[in-house]
Amino acid sequence: MFDSRRLATDLGGLNVTHTLTVLVENTPGVLARVAGLFSRRGFNIDSLAVGRSENPGISRMTIVVEGDDRILEQVTKQLHKLIDVIKITDVTRDEFVDRELVMIKVNTETSTRAEIMQLVDIFRARIVDVGPKSLTIEVTGYESKINAFENSLRPFGIMEMVRTGKVAMLRGFKSTTINDNPKKEEVN
Amino acid sequence: MGVCSLKLSGAEILIKSLEAEKVDTIFGYPGGQVLPIYDALYDADIRHILCRHEQGAAHAADGYARATGRPGVCLATSGPGATNLVTGIATAYMDSVPLVAITGQVPQSLLGRDSFQEADIVGITLPITKHNYLVRDLSELAGIVKEAFYIATTGRPGPVLIDIPRDVSATVDEYEVPGELNLPGYKPVLEADPLQVMEAAKAIAESERPVIYAGGGVVISGAHEELLRLAELLAAPVATTLMGLGGFPGNHPLSLGMLGMHGTKYANFAVCECDLLIAVGARFDDRVTGKLETFAPGAKVIHIDIDPAEIGKNVQVDIPIVGDVKKVLNQLMDIIQPRLGDAWREKIHAWKKEYPVNFCDNGELKPQAVIRDIYRLTGGNARITTDVGQHQMWTAQYYTFTKPRSFISSGGLGTMGFGMPAAVGVQVGCPGDTVFNIAGDGSIQMNIQELCTAVNYELPINVAIMDNGYLGMVRQWQELFYKRRYSHTELLNPDFVKLAEAYGAEGIRVTKRSEVIPALEQAIRSSKPVMLDFMVEREENVMPMVPPGESLNNMLG
Repeated sequence: MFDSRRLATDLGGLNVTHTLTVLVENTPGVLARVAGLFSRRGFNIDSLAVGRSENPGISRMTIVVEGDDRILEQVTKQLHKLIDVIKITDVTRDEFVDRELVMIKVNTETSTRAEIMQLVDIFRARIVDVGPKSLTIEVTGYESKINAFENSLRPFGIMEMVRTGKVAMLRGFKSTTINDNPKKEEVN
Repeated sequence: MGVCSLKLSGAEILIKSLEAEKVDTIFGYPGGQVLPIYDALYDADIRHILCRHEQGAAHAADGYARATGRPGVCLATSGPGATNLVTGIATAYMDSVPLVAITGQVPQSLLGRDSFQEADIVGITLPITKHNYLVRDLSELAGIVKEAFYIATTGRPGPVLIDIPRDVSATVDEYEVPGELNLPGYKPVLEADPLQVMEAAKAIAESERPVIYAGGGVVISGAHEELLRLAELLAAPVATTLMGLGGFPGNHPLSLGMLGMHGTKYANFAVCECDLLIAVGARFDDRVTGKLETFAPGAKVIHIDIDPAEIGKNVQVDIPIVGDVKKVLNQLMDIIQPRLGDAWREKIHAWKKEYPVNFCDNGELKPQAVIRDIYRLTGGNARITTDVGQHQMWTAQYYTFTKPRSFISSGGLGTMGFGMPAAVGVQVGCPGDTVFNIAGDGSIQMNIQELCTAVNYELPINVAIMDNGYLGMVRQWQELFYKRRYSHTELLNPDFVKLAEAYGAEGIRVTKRSEVIPALEQAIRSSKPVMLDFMVEREENVMPMVPPGESLNNMLG
């Protein structure tokens, strides 16, 4: 008889993308601790954005990971084991907004410039630099909008693209700040 | 009385902070970047044991910690000194040993420039420490030491490293007693959720064939008495892991001995047929579970562990309980009813009779017989350290451990060369106890230099080498799974007796069964370290054995 329920590795349902907001002590090396944890435990990071939070001693990381429930549970628990990690919130479990900032440098000819500028208008992007044969465009938004914008520029020739990675926030009065509900193990 | 303010060097502040943590012993090795620290140690009340290799210092501190339950402290210089600690730190990490490793570092002005004896030890030890620090300012030092000891010893214990640049240890500044710890990201859960405990009690009441699977967490938490009470209350047999040996008396009628790859047949059968598995401070290691799909196939699983990340890591569990094992067992015993001995106990009793732990005792010098004699002669009261390999498994099988902290061995990492330096640490921590390092002829040479430390500090350690002229465990696998192609496993050994004598220890060679007891008696009587070279049967195998990737009930031998 084959009983697969013992196999923790095979369980956990669908692969879903989760966006984690992680509050960490603003100490040197904290990024290495978090990034190292992901690589050595074999978890994949889709994107990672880090910066100061509203509290000067604390940084906020937004980490996008793909995985089933089991992987997410392990990621969360292993992150919790890092002493510098203060709080982890999976914002995907709630109503949230996320944004990413992208800069795209696109080839322009005199013949295409107008068309590109029209696209910039449609996507509410901004031109931040103009060169003789290029335009540098900044766009923010949620992922699908950015992907759509990238696709529409592709035919003109994208020379360079840079993305900040996603940042996210819970909607409404809720927040992921430190006092909202203190770090708590989610097992029991 | 005001707050006393006092000018001290960083090194002196370090010593003061260690004294505040009640550190009485440091295992270390000097070098350039720790000169200020060694200068401060010169007048300190802390005992310093000069090991002969930094790896030895780390394992000795580890052995000291495992035997005494107090944190072990090791000290090394920057660069190679620090990297030599790495195996020791990783060993402690895998077995959850409270260890504080202090390393010197090049002055901050030279950091990051590939300076002489510079190594990024904080970066190197990130994945093998519970936490680590680079001290950037002297004002942080006292607080960091306090934090390091707190983190190393609480929750699931583990090693913490403090890297101290030379300018920090050499600078003089005002010393202030560190304030309260502020660790918002570190709050170990000790008390279990009562609802989960109730679930567990319900599952226990419903079970007919419970088995307790006890790991190193029982020993670490000091829950051996609670475990004994629980087992007796439930009339439930107890199988221990390698790390759990001594956490439950091996001579108790409910003891199943060790489970897993080289466990007893009856322990593995019991796990396969139980309807409730109560995992206590254990982590479902692959050496324990064998093939995961068929591990405890019909059982509900209760998993009690202090580390939430262990729950659901390898095996799906039905009732997870996060908390300190000792506390949780007490919580559980408050609400459960005793069970009577029954058909299950008889079945296990029958297995024990049918499949006892034994070997073909033909009167030759068998390693199992030697270890059994060590057990008999010491009445099970010795502290035993081991290296890794066949002798380690035979020790687990034939020395009946009855007391916690009496078996000191590298389980998780499986570090050869652990036993000798660990024995140094154990004997320093437990000066009145008989200490045996049971070793193989392969692994003893990985840290044999620590015999010199034992001689130096007059530590009467007994080293029993199961000398078969092979890397025995690897040879066994080659015999069983690689058609006896003994690729690079036969050893040319030095004369261990002469070597012992050269170090200033005693050496005894034993070639016949009749010589075993007299040699052991002589060793135990001696006030010097003694190295016993047992020329055992060369191709003896560790049996029984679950072949890798097989189910637990599929045992060879």
